[in-house]
Amino acid sequence: MAVSDADVLHVAALARLAMPADRVPALVRELNGILDHMAVLETVDVTSVGDDARTAMPRRDDIVGSVPLARPLAQFAPSPRDGFLLVPRLSTHSQLGATEGDE
Amino acid sequence: MSTAMETDVTAGFEMVVGLEVHVQLKTQTKAFCGCSTNFGAPPNQNTCPVCLALPGALPVLNARAVELALRVALGFGFTVNARSIFARKNYFYPDLPKGYQISQHDTPIAEHGRLDIGLLINGEPRVIGITRAHMEEDAGKSIHDRYESATAVDLNRSGVPLVEIVSEPEMRSPEEAGAYLRTLKQILLYLDISDCNMEEGSLRVDANVSARPFGQVRLGTKCEVKNMNSFSGVERALAAEFRRQCGVLVAGGSVQQQTLLWDGAKGEIRPARSKEGSSDYRYFPEPDLPPLLISDAELARVRETLPELPAARRARYAAMKLSEYDVQELTADPATGPFFEAVLALHADAKSVANWVNGEVRAVVNERDTAWDAMSLEPARLAALIDLVRDGVVSSSAAKKIFAQLLVSTDTPRAIAERDGLVQVRDDNALAGWVDEVLAEHPVEAARYAAGEKKLVGLLVGLVMKKSQGRADPKLVNQLLSSRATG
Ligand SMILES: [Zn+2]
Repeated sequence: MAVSDADVLHVAALARLAMPADRVPALVRELNGILDHMAVLETVDVTSVGDDARTAMPRRDDIVGSVPLARPLAQFAPSPRDGFLLVPRLSTHSQLGATEGDE
Repeated sequence: MSTAMETDVTAGFEMVVGLEVHVQLKTQTKAFCGCSTNFGAPPNQNTCPVCLALPGALPVLNARAVELALRVALGFGFTVNARSIFARKNYFYPDLPKGYQISQHDTPIAEHGRLDIGLLINGEPRVIGITRAHMEEDAGKSIHDRYESATAVDLNRSGVPLVEIVSEPEMRSPEEAGAYLRTLKQILLYLDISDCNMEEGSLRVDANVSARPFGQVRLGTKCEVKNMNSFSGVERALAAEFRRQCGVLVAGGSVQQQTLLWDGAKGEIRPARSKEGSSDYRYFPEPDLPPLLISDAELARVRETLPELPAARRARYAAMKLSEYDVQELTADPATGPFFEAVLALHADAKSVANWVNGEVRAVVNERDTAWDAMSLEPARLAALIDLVRDGVVSSSAAKKIFAQLLVSTDTPRAIAERDGLVQVRDDNALAGWVDEVLAEHPVEAARYAAGEKKLVGLLVGLVMKKSQGRADPKLVNQLLSSRATG
């Protein structure tokens, strides 16, 4: 499996990343390097490795208590206001409109 | 638009509906971090490095969320996958800080469920297949209309655990979709896994609808309708979208696959402002979460905790010879049944208990919008009141007055009856005294009655009741008068 220029541009567009044309060849090379490495990993025989307690998903009790933030959110969020985090309004909502269907 | 036109457009077409229902699980904490799921906290209060997607933070699955998802699986007859996989669903949106939603894709926790939504005209059960139920996390909330040219993001909901229940495209009308949703919600409430509150967003419905000519096997192109905030809204949206698609087909066009939003206030469907490329989610297994393993022993443990479900409860009540109406009312929500049964344990006549619970008691519950167990009415006091009616101590109308007092007083029903002079007078001497007085005051009627004009008994009983200020036992008065007529 190898990615093409078109794949890179497509994924960049989905992630809303600006992608100068001269960056594309290098990224294609890098991503294909990663995929080549994955192809090597895929040749490793793991048939003897089954699911067991060591590989199963750990679960935590449903008790309130999360790791606190090192600094308050307002100190590192780009644009806090009234407790909200403000971001530029999306082009899909450039005209003022009510909150709509979630993804 | 005239009814005739609507009929014309949709004639010859069959509606095909599949529903996706997102249900927020009733947990204390989020799916992958210990943040509270408390609704209504100040914005971004319930957040941490995990649900803000700060670099290096890692998810740890909430055990309770798994347990509740398994309850869903067992409640709808799903096959539980002993090994299920979490996946990343990638899309770009400001209220999705990680840039992906942790969901399940090709290996969900549960597959192949079903839901019996009622009876067909021929008496056969109508069963809708449920493709799958998978676990996932919610996104945050984007508010687009609060600040000028900015979107306000609140991540309190980010990471809240959901189960998404996806039906087969097997419903054929808005009514069937409505029945599916109402039955589904009833069972979810019995399972006690969610509040199922559409207004607060703890139950959300997306509908896939298509139209095809009757007899055609191939499905038509479907559109997804979102943004409905009630089940009747879903039914209306389906009808509107079906009509739109039929109109396109009748005009020789073809339906374009798209996402539409329902505007309940206007009763209209309109296209969603597109999120470009959003259907390309590039799912891949979530590398931060190993496979979720469910053993037979765990499943058996959850099965043991399953509460009685509506169908079983209905069957049990029907066996008590209660009417269909009583059975439906008593089982409509999970809380009525236990109250009914608590009273029934103390007063054995199911029919009179059902009458009270479905009548006076439900009226109070509805009026106060309160929960059955929060109402200040102990089953024992209601049972004692029903006993008083059965034993003829108080009349039915007096019992209703006593019932109102039960809610504001801690006295026993009998004490209230005595205090308020509502005990029926059954003492022969007192009754005979009133009867004598009435006959003496109405000599003409008394004579006609004595001469055999039996139909006057009603009038005379009424007069005695009036004289006794409603306290006389009408049955005994009736007997007394009869003995006078024949004696
Ligand atoms: Zn958190």
